Amino acid sequence: MSRRTRDALVGYALLVPSAVIFVWFFFYPLVRLFVMGLHQQNRTGTAERYVGWSRFGDVLTGEQFTEGLRISATYVLYTVPLGLVLGVLLAVAANRRLKGIKVFQTIFSSTIASSVAVASVVFFVLLNPQIGYFSSVKFFSLSDPDTALRGVALSSVWQNLGLTFVIVLAGLQAIPDEVDEAATLDGYGPVRRFFRVTLPLISPTLMFLAVVLVIFALQAFAQADILTQGGPVGATETLVFKIFRSQQPIDQGTGSIMALGLFGITLLVSLAQFLLLERRVHYGN
Amino acid sequence: MGTELFQPTWKKVAWYAVLTALAVVILFPVYMTFVRAISQPRAYVLAGQPPWPVHPEWDAFSRAFSLGDLGRKFLVSAVVTTVIVAAQLTTSTLAAYAFTFLQFPFRRLLFYVFMATLMLPIEVTLIPNVQTIRSLDWLNSYPGLVAPFLATAFGTFLLRQGFRGIPRDLLDASQLDGFGHLAFLRRVAIPVTRPVVASFAVIAFLSAWNQYTWPRAVVTEGRWETVQIGLKTVTATTAEQNNLGFAAALVVALPILVLLIVLQRQIVRGLTAGAVKG
Repeated sequence: MSRRTRDALVGYALLVPSAVIFVWFFFYPLVRLFVMGLHQQNRTGTAERYVGWSRFGDVLTGEQFTEGLRISATYVLYTVPLGLVLGVLLAVAANRRLKGIKVFQTIFSSTIASSVAVASVVFFVLLNPQIGYFSSVKFFSLSDPDTALRGVALSSVWQNLGLTFVIVLAGLQAIPDEVDEAATLDGYGPVRRFFRVTLPLISPTLMFLAVVLVIFALQAFAQADILTQGGPVGATETLVFKIFRSQQPIDQGTGSIMALGLFGITLLVSLAQFLLLERRVHYGN
Repeated sequence: MGTELFQPTWKKVAWYAVLTALAVVILFPVYMTFVRAISQPRAYVLAGQPPWPVHPEWDAFSRAFSLGDLGRKFLVSAVVTTVIVAAQLTTSTLAAYAFTFLQFPFRRLLFYVFMATLMLPIEVTLIPNVQTIRSLDWLNSYPGLVAPFLATAFGTFLLRQGFRGIPRDLLDASQLDGFGHLAFLRRVAIPVTRPVVASFAVIAFLSAWNQYTWPRAVVTEGRWETVQIGLKTVTATTAEQNNLGFAAALVVALPILVLLIVLQRQIVRGLTAGAVKG
């Protein structure tokens, strides 16, 4: 056997373990989503009939999906801009030579240790309508359908703060000292220096972070599951929450189409991320 | 002169004040969780829910283990996390090696197919995947909890970035010496890229330990709950006992917090991979 043939065989063999998982739990289910969307099952899942593509249009324009999408999009708006601003604020504050700065940096990054579930329980302590420390604050009250999503979003903002801080800080530290010195010599004050020099230099990092945070927000489920169980009156039923609840045989068709809708949105956002990454790698070379 | 000498000190004091204020805001939610965890629930409510402990009961943490069966949940989480991290390291290393050092038809295409899986989060494929697990009779089992996470394109991407830094001459030289690919992988590729491997391992650990949506979907019996799912029960407990749930939340975050402090450099490098300078 020639070396070329052998290399090719070894190459394929090394891909097999990953490929098995990817086919089994990524690509096959993607096909299944379409198949399940095209069929309606009975209550027990023992029989199904073909209902056709028209249901895709019905579901994607239907009340359940559009409402879930509206809630998830609102969640993105509540969590991403605020998360980015706070992350930059923390990183700028902690990016200086001071004795003991490492302690502050560790505290600022500490929420990385918190899972979605832990963050949700922590905010349960603060926001729960019966026992919450801040339960009387109307602006993010979990008992009011108009404000409940804000409260839920707050737990996400807090949880992601550590990650945002760490990444922005790394971006700030990648800026050579000479750049700041040159700007100072040119007579730039600290505020102008931040907006004219620092911010443009870390903007690729912020773009990357924005995409990551948008994807996190689109996948939000545990927060609502723990803090509000989707309530009050469905006000915090995110898209994933609705998909999660569609697992009974009779709901699976609708759930599958909603999942494909989420896939379409994730695809657009991920594509943006991939293009950004490619560009960054290009710069690196 | 005086101002020049003193201004830095004043500035420093001001920055310490700002930093301390920010730290207090970030830690306050955790502090309140701690307060509720150790306070006697009824006495705490009667005292008007103050921001300090009331009738502290320090055994809340140990009782969380006995009453909430936290020990069993820790075991399930530990097994699931260990298997996922070990498997992801193995599958990603092998795939990344193939994509970096071996020539074969459709290599580029296959790489893009691998990367496409990054656009299929478990939330999207949840319904058919749960069905697969159910049809295999894997609900409430270790195989069901780990199966979809035994490989990840993120690891393949990250390790390939690391492997690409290794000069091809090294591979050619080792092959002239009669070493095969496996020997090159073990003796050169992995040792040289150890920082990348370490960062990936840490990220894999974090995401496996912190999972919620998938275990929530494939577990219906308390025995098979991971620690994260166990936390949901806090919302269902009575006000007399919910302090144990809050204690549990703090205990669940503790291993990661320790890891964060000990392995700060690896975590930061792993998290910032791709974010800063490719």
